[in-house]
Amino acid sequence: MSTEQQVVRPAGRGALASWVASNSSGNARAVIERGFRVIRNQNWIVIVSGFFEPVFYLLAMGFGLGQLIGDVPGPGGQPISYAAFIAPALLATSAMNGAIYDSTWNVFFKLKFAKLYQGMLATSMGPLDVAVGEIFMALFRGFLYALGFTAVITILGLATSWWALAMIPVALLIALGFAALGMAVTSYFDTFQQMDWINIALLPMFMFSATLFPITVFPEAIQWFVMALPLWHGVELMRQLSVGHFEASTWVHIGYFVAMSLVGIGFTTRRLRALFLR
Amino acid sequence: MPVIEARELTKIYGEVRAVDQISFEVAPGESFGLLGPNGAGKSTTMRMIGGTSLRTSGTLLVNGLDPEVNGPEVRANLGVVPQQDNLDNELRARENLVMYGRYFGLPYSYLRPKAEELLQFAQLTEKAAEKVDNLSGGMKRRLTIARALINEPRVLLLDEPTTGLDPQARHILWDRLFRLKEQGVTLIVTTHFMDEAEQLCDRLIVMDHGRIVAGGSPAELIRQYSTREVLELRFGSERNASLVDQLRDFGRLEVLPDRVLVYTEDGEAALEAVRHRGLVPVTSLVRRSSLEDVFLRLTGRSLID
Repeated sequence: MSTEQQVVRPAGRGALASWVASNSSGNARAVIERGFRVIRNQNWIVIVSGFFEPVFYLLAMGFGLGQLIGDVPGPGGQPISYAAFIAPALLATSAMNGAIYDSTWNVFFKLKFAKLYQGMLATSMGPLDVAVGEIFMALFRGFLYALGFTAVITILGLATSWWALAMIPVALLIALGFAALGMAVTSYFDTFQQMDWINIALLPMFMFSATLFPITVFPEAIQWFVMALPLWHGVELMRQLSVGHFEASTWVHIGYFVAMSLVGIGFTTRRLRALFLR
Repeated sequence: MPVIEARELTKIYGEVRAVDQISFEVAPGESFGLLGPNGAGKSTTMRMIGGTSLRTSGTLLVNGLDPEVNGPEVRANLGVVPQQDNLDNELRARENLVMYGRYFGLPYSYLRPKAEELLQFAQLTEKAAEKVDNLSGGMKRRLTIARALINEPRVLLLDEPTTGLDPQARHILWDRLFRLKEQGVTLIVTTHFMDEAEQLCDRLIVMDHGRIVAGGSPAELIRQYSTREVLELRFGSERNASLVDQLRDFGRLEVLPDRVLVYTEDGEAALEAVRHRGLVPVTSLVRRSSLEDVFLRLTGRSLID
């Protein structure tokens, strides 16, 4: 981009310290305060509606469609009900959707139309503060939804292990991976038409990441492709946690999201000025 | 030390040179204007001063610091009023002030009384608990200005502060800005309203296509680039252009679609002479030269198309 340029840094400060000083006043807390104040002003219906989406999917597909399907092999080959099979997958998907929505559409809207960030960035806050604060708020919303959905699964008897509680922090890890990457991607977009590409990528990923049926239905070549996608790792990880069955692949799934989060944060950090300082 | 020091400041968007090698300084306590039509590069210059738009080349110091390197530090002493109100629609009027102060890292013990003081300054005390969406255009503008004052800035950047306001709201706003100026706040104002520039600015630069075409106090600019008086003649849109040749010897002319401007030291005398020549305008007006005339002279175009 032509906006990149050489600026003379003051001597005596490390490159990282100087980068942080030019992009942050260490006040991401204020963005979070605003987020909570908005939640307090908001109609609770708006917040609760996000919680119901996966619940409706679970009721319709898990119990409706599940009647026709009966039991299916779960992690480790143990038979489980179809509802128990898809419930963890729906949790992983809703963590992804929430994080992507917050870090792409929401960020883009606040940037281009509400001009919210323009106002924030006219204060002593820097783009790093805004990014950290907004990702925190996205994760907080994700936490609330994961908490609610896990409670629903437990009440419906679809979680058979105490390990199911670990689905809550794992939902946050999945959300962090997608949110960090989503924000970086948003920095390349200028119009709402381009934003639609995100949905075009997400919907098939939801349909084909072994969410609603096992990956073994695909020919092997396609299986490898699906296994490269992040949602598949999220779905498998959640499914293993829901019944407390672990194998070597568990660490691969966790490792995938740790790596994705690190890459996403690094990527967003690099694109921070391109995103906010246009 | 100047509050702002720009040297060869340039911003290029793709192929467009939005700001093209401009240099200027602003002294503490000065009211400084950037005057020009839409697209002249005024807003881009303002955003570069706040460090929210990155320059392509040149140097820029605000209170001795580079806003790209020390953005948070520079903006701690700035108040920014953007061209479009960007109030937080999800917060109420008072909350807008308090939260904005929190973005500066200021404590609630300071912000609570300060917010009340600013609501009063903006004549919005009764609207404190109102949703931003329910405020009128003038109220939103005043709230935006009050918000920019939450950190008691030494420098206030005002981008088209009164665009879209009715005359009464404009005068209230100008009055508030005068008070700040009296308190020693440095005002940097962009505008395409000549009367606003003449009212508010001690000194200004005229920008066109990203470049500075002239600079000085309003009176100096008028003296340098225009005559004392202007005679405006309207012969009807058909005849304006065709009569130009018969008016040439009166002085410099500007032919606009709806009228002919005659630049002269004595407008009444010129009008008399025009009539004497048997040319009868439909309407005529003698007025003092304004910055509008300066701009016309410098660029050949009027400011508001």
